[in-house]
Amino acid sequence: MRRPAPARPYVRTMHRWWRRDPFFMRYMVREATAVAVAAYAVVLATGMVRLAQGEAAWNGWLNALQTPWSMALHLVLLLAFAVHTKSWFEIMPKTMPFIEVGGHRVAASTITRAGWGAALLASAVLFALAWGSRP
Amino acid sequence: MKRSNAPVFWLLFGAGGMLSALLGTMLVFITGLAVPLGWPLPSDLLSYPRMLALAQHAVGKGALFVVIALFAWHAAHRIFHSLHDLGIHAGTAARIACYGSALALTLVVGGALLSLGF
Repeated sequence: MRRPAPARPYVRTMHRWWRRDPFFMRYMVREATAVAVAAYAVVLATGMVRLAQGEAAWNGWLNALQTPWSMALHLVLLLAFAVHTKSWFEIMPKTMPFIEVGGHRVAASTITRAGWGAALLASAVLFALAWGSRP
Repeated sequence: MKRSNAPVFWLLFGAGGMLSALLGTMLVFITGLAVPLGWPLPSDLLSYPRMLALAQHAVGKGALFVVIALFAWHAAHRIFHSLHDLGIHAGTAARIACYGSALALTLVVGGALLSLGF
């Protein structure tokens, strides 16, 4: 007796799977900020090497930062770092142990807002340090 | 039982993620936009004598090293764990490429900073 060949099961492709859902999109954007962090680490590391090579090399690095290409890159990096800051504190309540104050669990939104507040404060302090030390 | 080295990488990822979340945006603004444009910070904020002094001071040297190294380790760990989502096999080669890059960057920056002396 001949049995019919089994139907080939439908397998959904995984191609660009993150485009299916806004939640997946946000996840991938969040993960992609790591590329910006890596790029900025390379920019700064190059600066340290140029600094160690002397004044002419350092000034070359500074001049490279003034090119339109560098400005455009840093504008993109700025945006990516802002997304990183926003999302880092959004996921923090899920990655840290529960905090209890007065027998009540601190709400996730409170932790996120505290993180954003800390980032604003740290940024203000860093800018004030740069401003206060300007020649 | 073999001890896992995962917590070490996770700790570096977490520390780098926190540091970059707190300071990264302003750092990019200062070094990549404000100083090159000369507004709102002056262009000579990062002049050679000033940067040399910062990199030769123990605190400045430490801060520069920690920021760059932790940024690198954070990014390496996150990129490594995203490879699977992009359909790339996260095997030994990918592991060496990701964490090896972070290690290389750490050594290069450490070497440059140490060569500047105290």
